Amino acid sequence: MTNLFLLQLLNGAQFGILLFLVAAGLTLVFGIMDFINLAHGVLYMVGAYLMATFAGLTGSFWLGLLLAMPATLVFGLVLEFLVFRRLYDRSHLDQVLATFGLILMLSEGVRILWGSAPLNVDMPALLSGSVPLAGPLKYPVYRIAVIAAGLASAVGLWALINHTRAGMLLRAGASNRPMVAALGVDISRLFMLVFAFGAMLAGFAGAIVAPILSVDPGMGESILILTFVVIVIGGVGSIRGAFLAAILVGVVDTVGRTFGPIWLRMVMDPSAAAQTGRMLAPMLVYLLMAAVLFWSPTGLFGRKGAK
Amino acid sequence: MSALAPRLKAALALFVLMALVPPLVTALGDPFLTVVANRMLVFAIAALSLDLILGYGAMVSFGHAAYLGFGAYAVALGARWGVSDLLAQILLGMAMSAGFALVTGAISLRTKGVYFIMITLAFAQMAYFFFVAQSSLGGDDGVALQARSSLLGVSLEGDLALYYVTLGALVAIYAGLYRLTGSRFGRVLKGTRENALRMQAMGYRPFPYQLIAYVIAACLCSVAGVLLANLTEYVSPAYMGWHRSGELIVMLVFGGIGTLTGAVAGALVAVGLEEVLAIFSDHWRLGFGLVLVLVVLFSPDGLTGLAKRLGIGGSKDV
Repeated sequence: MTNLFLLQLLNGAQFGILLFLVAAGLTLVFGIMDFINLAHGVLYMVGAYLMATFAGLTGSFWLGLLLAMPATLVFGLVLEFLVFRRLYDRSHLDQVLATFGLILMLSEGVRILWGSAPLNVDMPALLSGSVPLAGPLKYPVYRIAVIAAGLASAVGLWALINHTRAGMLLRAGASNRPMVAALGVDISRLFMLVFAFGAMLAGFAGAIVAPILSVDPGMGESILILTFVVIVIGGVGSIRGAFLAAILVGVVDTVGRTFGPIWLRMVMDPSAAAQTGRMLAPMLVYLLMAAVLFWSPTGLFGRKGAK
Repeated sequence: MSALAPRLKAALALFVLMALVPPLVTALGDPFLTVVANRMLVFAIAALSLDLILGYGAMVSFGHAAYLGFGAYAVALGARWGVSDLLAQILLGMAMSAGFALVTGAISLRTKGVYFIMITLAFAQMAYFFFVAQSSLGGDDGVALQARSSLLGVSLEGDLALYYVTLGALVAIYAGLYRLTGSRFGRVLKGTRENALRMQAMGYRPFPYQLIAYVIAACLCSVAGVLLANLTEYVSPAYMGWHRSGELIVMLVFGGIGTLTGAVAGALVAVGLEEVLAIFSDHWRLGFGLVLVLVVLFSPDGLTGLAKRLGIGGSKDV
């Protein structure tokens, strides 16, 4: 039982790390530009598809990853240039609408280009196999590598934002955009960079998850909603909040799905427990979000009085 | 009495046009189009109800489709309990929606802006997963209905009967919302939309007004849900997925928000566009998405804005 719990905890952390990679870019775009981008999940999906394509073409996981990351970056830049930069000054409603349209277009485009059937990406030989954990328990190396890569990205992001000039401008832009622009910083170029960087992070998440999940056209949408939950719990614009909330959501979701029915069985009969567990498990993260917003309407680390 | 407002005239023209659809398509020999037109009317009701909170109250709800689902499940539950009367099912749907909207609305209204959009989405997802887990109601797959409802003993099995009942409901709801938004209640709501701080300075507390509007919109949307279930004779959680909520916003903004007439026109055009594009290609979403992006980029106020620029009808209700 303890072993199973430990295993699920690790799985939850790994899922949380992925959520963080997608959420990081989105929360920056949200927080700094006050821009709602529903199409962010699509970038995660595009990352996975590009990974599947490049890995298939080159026959190598590493080359595929190396090619997929700049490709999603470029894809993000193109989207920013064609659509998003025209939307920064518009109402939330227009942003929701246009990015919703983009989701429809891009998901369908992916279906046309790659078909609806799920694609698979082979795991690199270096990272396949598993390592012994406590006792008889083993854990796949690849998932550990995903956790490590995510943590490294989080640390890198933290250093970038807190200890570089670009990060300083970013933080300044988040708290007072007109002032930063008045000081002679090209704010639209900053936006473009943030956006493209966020796109690359989401694409990176999609690329590294490709070997464990199947790559299908619906993957962007399922993660998008959870990413929103993460951002709102963490507080819009806060990387630290996004990280904590992502791990929290990942663990609560994963552990809840496995242990919900088990714990419920202690207080009710098995069939009722199974039914209630099935109902409650997917709702848990949303309940969590509602509870957080009830106590703190701008999330855990959101700025008070933020828009 | 003064002359009718342009947007009222436009709405009347739309209703008369829609009333003429069934005889026209029957004459053309394609009665199936009545079902398509009926779908347009159902979504016009849903978009209209969303306009009350989104257009007049500036509450961008991304979970409005939940109430479409409550209405649809009211029909499924009614059918199981032997209640086949449409009005009883509407009452049941409204009761469920009102309860859910009262609780979730009260929590959601504590938040603003992006947070409001996201929390309404989260609550709708909760409702969605609740119905997905109900294996006795078909779970994920949904449940087919044995028969359509009846209205005061008259069966709605025929497409024509259902069509005119839907049209009647649409006209009644339009008229009701027209009165409501013109009343003192509606003016407080609009005032809050424009500037909540000033309304508070004038001594109004926006919260109860917003919450009541939220509940009313939920109840009206459940009427659309009841009619949708009857139209398709099928009920599934997909009716309340977040995609559907997005589509409702699309319809509303397509037509132009805060005019009521725009909501009706937007729903007619959006559903019509879907159907037309679907004829040409399985990949109609590509074209639909493209139209959406282009409309937002180049025609900010939707069809109503376009109509205004071309000099026909549809002044914004300020």
